[in-house]
Amino acid sequence: MRGLAVFISDIRNCKSKEAEIKRINKELANIRSKFKGDKALDGYSKKKYVCKLLFIFLLGHDIDFGHMEAVNLLSSNRYTEKQIGYLFISVLVNSNSELIRLINNAIKNDLASRNPTFMGLALHCIASVGSREMAEAFAGEIPKVLVAGDTMDSVKQSAALCLLRLYRTSPDLVPMGDWTSRVVHLLNDQHLGVVTAATSLITTLAQKNPEEFKTSVSLAVSRLSRIVTSASTDLQDYTYYFVPAPWLSVKLLRLLQCYPPPDPAVRGRLTECLETILNKAQEPPKSKKVQHSNAKNAVLFEAISLIIHHDSEPNLLVRACNQLGQFLQHRETNLRYLALESMCTLASSEFSHEAVKTHIETVINALKTERDVSVRQRAVDLLYAMCDRSNAPQIVAEMLSYLETADYSIREEIVLKVAILAEKYAVDYTWYVDTILNLIRIAGDYVSEEVWYRVIQIVINRDDVQGYAAKTVFEALQAPACHENLVKVGGYILGEFGNLIAGDPRSSPLIQFNLLHSKFHLCSVPTRALLLSTYIKFVNLFPEVKPTIQDVLRSDSQLRNADVELQQRAVEYLRLSTVASTDILATVLEEMPPFPERESSILAKLKKKKGPSTVTDLEDTKRERSVDVNGGPEPAPASTSAMSTPSPSADLLGLGRPTARPHPPPGGGLLVDVFSDSASVVAPLAPGSEDNFARFVCKNNGVLFENQLLQIGLKSEFRQNLGRMFIFYGNKTSTQFLNFTPTLICSDDLQPNLNLQTKPVDPTVEGGAQVQQVVNIECVSDFTEAPVLNIQFRYGGTFQNVSVQLPITLNKFFQPTEMASQDFFQRWKQLSNPQQEVQNIFKAKHPMDTEVTKAKIIGFGSALLEEVDPNPANFVGAGIIHTKTTQIGCLLRLEPNLQAQMYRLTLRTSKEAVSQRLCELLSAQF
Amino acid sequence: MWPGWPGLGLGSSRDSWKSDSREALSPISPLGGWVGSLGSAQPALPASLTSSFSCSPQIRFILIQNRAGKTRLAKWYMQFDDDEKQKLIEEVHAVVTVRDAKHTNFVEFRNFKIIYRRYAGLYFCICVDVNDNNLAYLEAIHNFVEVLNEYFHNVCELDLVFNFYKVYTVVDEMFLAGEIRETSQTKVLKQLLMLQSLE
Repeated sequence: MRGLAVFISDIRNCKSKEAEIKRINKELANIRSKFKGDKALDGYSKKKYVCKLLFIFLLGHDIDFGHMEAVNLLSSNRYTEKQIGYLFISVLVNSNSELIRLINNAIKNDLASRNPTFMGLALHCIASVGSREMAEAFAGEIPKVLVAGDTMDSVKQSAALCLLRLYRTSPDLVPMGDWTSRVVHLLNDQHLGVVTAATSLITTLAQKNPEEFKTSVSLAVSRLSRIVTSASTDLQDYTYYFVPAPWLSVKLLRLLQCYPPPDPAVRGRLTECLETILNKAQEPPKSKKVQHSNAKNAVLFEAISLIIHHDSEPNLLVRACNQLGQFLQHRETNLRYLALESMCTLASSEFSHEAVKTHIETVINALKTERDVSVRQRAVDLLYAMCDRSNAPQIVAEMLSYLETADYSIREEIVLKVAILAEKYAVDYTWYVDTILNLIRIAGDYVSEEVWYRVIQIVINRDDVQGYAAKTVFEALQAPACHENLVKVGGYILGEFGNLIAGDPRSSPLIQFNLLHSKFHLCSVPTRALLLSTYIKFVNLFPEVKPTIQDVLRSDSQLRNADVELQQRAVEYLRLSTVASTDILATVLEEMPPFPERESSILAKLKKKKGPSTVTDLEDTKRERSVDVNGGPEPAPASTSAMSTPSPSADLLGLGRPTARPHPPPGGGLLVDVFSDSASVVAPLAPGSEDNFARFVCKNNGVLFENQLLQIGLKSEFRQNLGRMFIFYGNKTSTQFLNFTPTLICSDDLQPNLNLQTKPVDPTVEGGAQVQQVVNIECVSDFTEAPVLNIQFRYGGTFQNVSVQLPITLNKFFQPTEMASQDFFQRWKQLSNPQQEVQNIFKAKHPMDTEVTKAKIIGFGSALLEEVDPNPANFVGAGIIHTKTTQIGCLLRLEPNLQAQMYRLTLRTSKEAVSQRLCELLSAQF
Repeated sequence: MWPGWPGLGLGSSRDSWKSDSREALSPISPLGGWVGSLGSAQPALPASLTSSFSCSPQIRFILIQNRAGKTRLAKWYMQFDDDEKQKLIEEVHAVVTVRDAKHTNFVEFRNFKIIYRRYAGLYFCICVDVNDNNLAYLEAIHNFVEVLNEYFHNVCELDLVFNFYKVYTVVDEMFLAGEIRETSQTKVLKQLLMLQSLE
């Protein structure tokens, strides 16, 4: 196609983006005029122009015409024209239904043509596009092509993979049938290309339907056996650099990984195959080319994967491990990388764990010398996987020293791994404490909360390590510059166990306090808050430093700190230290109780970081095999890293919550008592308030609340984004209400979106009287919550406190919109973004009465649109929510199902939160 | 010079692979239409790239890019919209071009991995699942390159530009639906020559 080559040259010669665009526009105009011209184009020209359009599209420009011409090319009888047509369709898939029909028609003709070239093109097009429409049209036909006796080999290859594509996109349209058993027998086909394609198809089908494809196991084994025992020239075309059919071998080995080890007869044969593959790895290479060793090793690694998958032949596992061990020192980086990766999985097998361990020095060396960070990463993974009680001190030490120079990208992960190993394999916990403090020293910034929470949990739960921990953190804090995480750990531990080292004059209470306080001003607010708690704990532990601490708490920088949390703690702790007796102090500030044992939060974090598979598998497999893989004594009771518990919550008893105090006193009520100045507290919502609230969603007037004393009635009106509500408070008794104070409460979320204005009412409500309060309402923006009306008053000698939700809901700001069916559906389609639609399917709570439903929809505020929905039983509504800032168009559709006593409600609005809220509100009505 | 690359730079007065990488410094891009904006923040993962192993093709996509980042071939085996494709192309280029000869031919990429090999100025990249066989795909690339070399008689980057529509045919002969379809060079070339004779 000379014209195409000229055009491509022109584009390449353009000196600027503008010139390129100009040249393209010129060409587009030219092509357009040719396509529109009176003269019918011959096939060659059509092909040329369609190909140019495709080139322009691949340059990154939009193409909005030419599809029809491309489809026309499909029915050409010339291969090259057909090919360009199919290529255009495959690259620019268009869901235009008109065209899909034409395309499918052309494909159908080509499939029926019995011309292998045309059939191939058609199949490749289906395999590329793979749309549901194509699956519907051809899923029945392709299996026939695949297993027909007279189909050419190359067509079979394409048909197998084409069917695979359709099965992946639309499995429901590819029913299993007679053809399945014949597909399995393609593993015996003479043509290795057919076997290669069929194996992919069978593997995928077998994963979903293992029973139906069970016979593939023995066929795959015998095929594999024939390949691996063949002389290097037997397979001719399929021998790649002296390796017989490497890709097919890999695929067959993958297929076998869909199944457990086969029964003995087949198994013996398979074991022979695997041994042959391992033997061949030891033979001198038949070629020095990297292609030869790569192809050979591709098969070897896949064989090792299968050996690990079966995990039943100790001999093979150990041989695999030795083979990988040789690769660990290979000059090819690729092989070192893959060997490290593969050994990781071998380390979790009880049979090969010990064999993996023998390579520890090589792996540690890799950590130090590898140039590619991804290889070093694999080395870290492998050290982690091979770690047990016997080598934990060495591995942890190596990881710690690597951490000093490790790439920033993998530091956090190494920190987590060190923390987990140190805990899991700690024989004595002093080592554990040292390790974690080292972690903080070396990589403090990468030590996440989970890690330092965990060290505190462990120290608190194990009293044999508490004194050592206190001494060690005290010493670590001596460093002039220490990481803030160390201050946290130090502060917490000294606050709990500082008394254990206070006997030593070098770490007397005052020295401890001064040491901590010297760090105070350099720390962030949460750490300072923690230190303040330490100080109040010191007041209890060491009465002699109480005045010093009180002075600190009393200083303006604490009592008037701009941060409310710090200020509050300073005030409360100072007060506590002043008013509380020694006994109360001792109770309030008692040592923390042991933490409940649960899954290590660090492990949870590592899982989150690495994805569950890598970590869990390792842990679980080790555990399942009741044999103690890691040897040595039983894990100490506190090493709970892998025990799962009902709630593997990631934080440590709420320490993570920003405002929670780190020392919740065990005698809960005490603090409240000490500081109680009987502040008025809003009562919880009155019982039944929810139901009452729901009743007001579709109406504006009625009784909102009633008990023996008080009745609250409502009358309200809304227009656009404004509203007015009259609240009537009726005193049902014959006695006065005194200090009668209704308060409207908007939560922080609600406040910016809803303005409520009202005037206070007379504080005295006479017996039998009614007072009225007017609330002016402005909807600023859409909102979800409802305001709360709290009423407090004195009746007789008692204090009364009532809270109810005030039924001001988003739908009150609805203006109904009438529209014709056509408009409705047009708008409905415009709101087709998945976030805009909210749907709820729910059981009817009330009798399903059409008239009542209609009244409710109108009461909800939207217009009820008749004759819009083709199904007359359905209800359709439309309206606009008015807020001060915007107007939000809302469409709704309610489909009742009388038999099932269910409704399906669909809301579409331009705003997700609005759709959500309206759907909630309306769903509760039926 | 890359070991194992057949016939590189031999004969032919046409541009070699290398000469085109010099040309790539010009301000516009003849094919692919984009340069630059690399190494930006990682965009959110397209939903389609997160799907699980069994129902996804082994190969997610095949890319041929030159060092400047111009795409010479992009074959997608999953549905991506155009923006996603563009992002993937840029990310792959950013990830692959920073690596040197001492690095492995594998690189983690989102939840997947890229198996790649560089031939003169061109990177051939295949995106597969993390548990797929690295070396098998590495050699599948080489097998593909040898076929191209044979078919175009000492292939160079420009062959891929001017004959882009033929390159798709070569790909489809060797890879289909994200799977390896045919590995025999003899068989593929025979089929390609047969098709050529129909022109």
